[in-house]
Amino acid sequence: MTDLATYNFAYLDEQTKRMIRRAILKAISIPGYQVPFASREMPMPYGWGTGGVQVTAAILGPDDVLKVIDQGADDTTNAVSIRAFFQKVANVAVTTKTREATIIQTRHRIPEETLTAGQTLVYQVPIPEPLRFLEPRETETRKMHALEEYGLMHVKLYEDIARNGHIATTYAYPVKVEGRYVMDPSPTPKFDNPKMHMSEALQLFGAGREKRIYAVPPYTEVVSLDFEDHPFEIQHFDKPCALCGAEHVYLDEVVLDDKGGRMFVCSDTDHCEDRREHGHAGHLLAQQEAAE
Amino acid sequence: MYVAVKGGEAAIANAHQLLADRRRGDRSLPAISIDQIVAQLGLAVDRVMAEASLYDRELAALAVRQARGDMIEAIFILRAYRTTLPRFGMSVPVDTARMKIERRVSATYKDLPGGQLLGPTFDYTHRLLDPSLLTDEPVAEPIRKTADESSMMRVSDILAGEGLIEGDGQMPEDHVPGDLTREPLEFPLNRDLRLQALARGDEGFLLALAYSTQRGYARTHPFVGEVRIGEVEVELDIPELGFAVSLGRVQVTECQMVNQFQGSAKNPPQFTRGYGLVFGQSERKAMAMSLVDRALRAEEFGEDIVAPAQDEEFVISHSDNVQATGFVEHLKLPHYVDFQAELDLVRRMRAEYDAKFGAGRDGNVREAAE
Repeated sequence: MTDLATYNFAYLDEQTKRMIRRAILKAISIPGYQVPFASREMPMPYGWGTGGVQVTAAILGPDDVLKVIDQGADDTTNAVSIRAFFQKVANVAVTTKTREATIIQTRHRIPEETLTAGQTLVYQVPIPEPLRFLEPRETETRKMHALEEYGLMHVKLYEDIARNGHIATTYAYPVKVEGRYVMDPSPTPKFDNPKMHMSEALQLFGAGREKRIYAVPPYTEVVSLDFEDHPFEIQHFDKPCALCGAEHVYLDEVVLDDKGGRMFVCSDTDHCEDRREHGHAGHLLAQQEAAE
Repeated sequence: MYVAVKGGEAAIANAHQLLADRRRGDRSLPAISIDQIVAQLGLAVDRVMAEASLYDRELAALAVRQARGDMIEAIFILRAYRTTLPRFGMSVPVDTARMKIERRVSATYKDLPGGQLLGPTFDYTHRLLDPSLLTDEPVAEPIRKTADESSMMRVSDILAGEGLIEGDGQMPEDHVPGDLTREPLEFPLNRDLRLQALARGDEGFLLALAYSTQRGYARTHPFVGEVRIGEVEVELDIPELGFAVSLGRVQVTECQMVNQFQGSAKNPPQFTRGYGLVFGQSERKAMAMSLVDRALRAEEFGEDIVAPAQDEEFVISHSDNVQATGFVEHLKLPHYVDFQAELDLVRRMRAEYDAKFGAGRDGNVREAAE
């Protein structure tokens, strides 16, 4: 019981890392295909990013600079926790700046700033199977992927339109990768889907509980499913960010009081701070400065 | 004025400090020791060992204490440690016939070689709160039988002698047992992997499924051929030596459930088996496991698959409480990006609805939504 806590660099033992790297290489070779891997129990709960953490642990080197975001923000509790984990077990440099990071682990967002060659975006994935809510059985969905049998998904999207006039999927919006596999982009808002297309960065997806890894290599076609007469479209916000004035970014709605007061601010906190440092100001920030 | 919420790091540190305080509780009381947990909360320790798949009483007791008695949390802590350990070999199958028996009961025979041994059981205790346990009154020494080195025949062997029960599950000669902690599960599973998953499956979940089979959802007409609890020798083949050496003994609970089977074109009418084997003393779990194991063999026997307990993908995918608790509890993580996306859609659909059917109908709600 004495020498309990001796852990390898980045927590996982080298054998396990090799196993995960093999799965990652296979995933990169078959874009969008879900590769089963022997996911380990991690010291954080399943569903809290264990897949992403394992992928990051397997690719992380001592020279890497790590950024961790949740909901686009570096300071949400789970992002703080995962970042602290890697500081502790890998003593790796961390940053909140998107452009300084070599590895960005994310939950639910893709940074607003365009990622560049050499960067890797690691997604935490809860349910990797895009067909899961249409067919709960893994044995069936694997067959459907093998046969490229995606009719069910199109029927679902069509039924949305027939019933609501819209495709009622707003996040985890299914995409087709390199014309072959239908893939779940993880629960990012569909706003972020276009950023995956032909990205210069490597995109890796880890689902720990479901034991799957998949990938979108750089410069890969990622097309959101749609219909000719109902083309895919992203969310639009009426107002710019109240703090930095950014338009065409994803915004969080913040409730200010109990009288219906709302403000909209950037979900990507680094992007927002960076803009403010460069002198951009949204209406709330301008008001405050005027008051001071 | 809204200020972006910062200080997640400090909040987490403070929360954990508070947790440590609550864990320790009233400082005027002595802290509970690991030895005390091992000795006096032994069945809690056993459950943690069983579902964490790690046989180490001290570490399990440490996990129980660290988790403030939350069993699933303790199981999780021990599993996360186990997964970092190297696997240096595979033991020879344990021989439960050679078990050093502490308890052994059969419901199918009144008496049998080796006899019925009640052992340390809650059975037949009257569940009346015992005031004498409020204080530390001396407990009399139990009566022990003299050590018996002979092996105790299993009930399944008695039935097998008559050819009335199917054989012990046979795997092809070259079959290497799977290891679900080292390879991803792929359905359908072989029975070895299925039993592994059940052995670490959540006791409550398996209990409920087993219960459902008794109430008609995939009835299997079970009899407890035998439940036995005791210590078995764990041996490892050392290739360099050419023979197996003993690594020590572990306590296990084994249940052989004997079930009816009408026979088929391939097999004569005979009894079939459901099997349960669990670390430590855990009769409830071993019995539930054996009922679920038998129910999951429906396809093998050409039975109709009509109930949840027979559905391998359903049972095995949801039996792991560490996975289940993580995913259920992850819902408390922030989801506001996705919620914003849904909010946007609902508002748009709502606006369209109001435009079509008139806005005045439910003015209050509409105002709130703006």
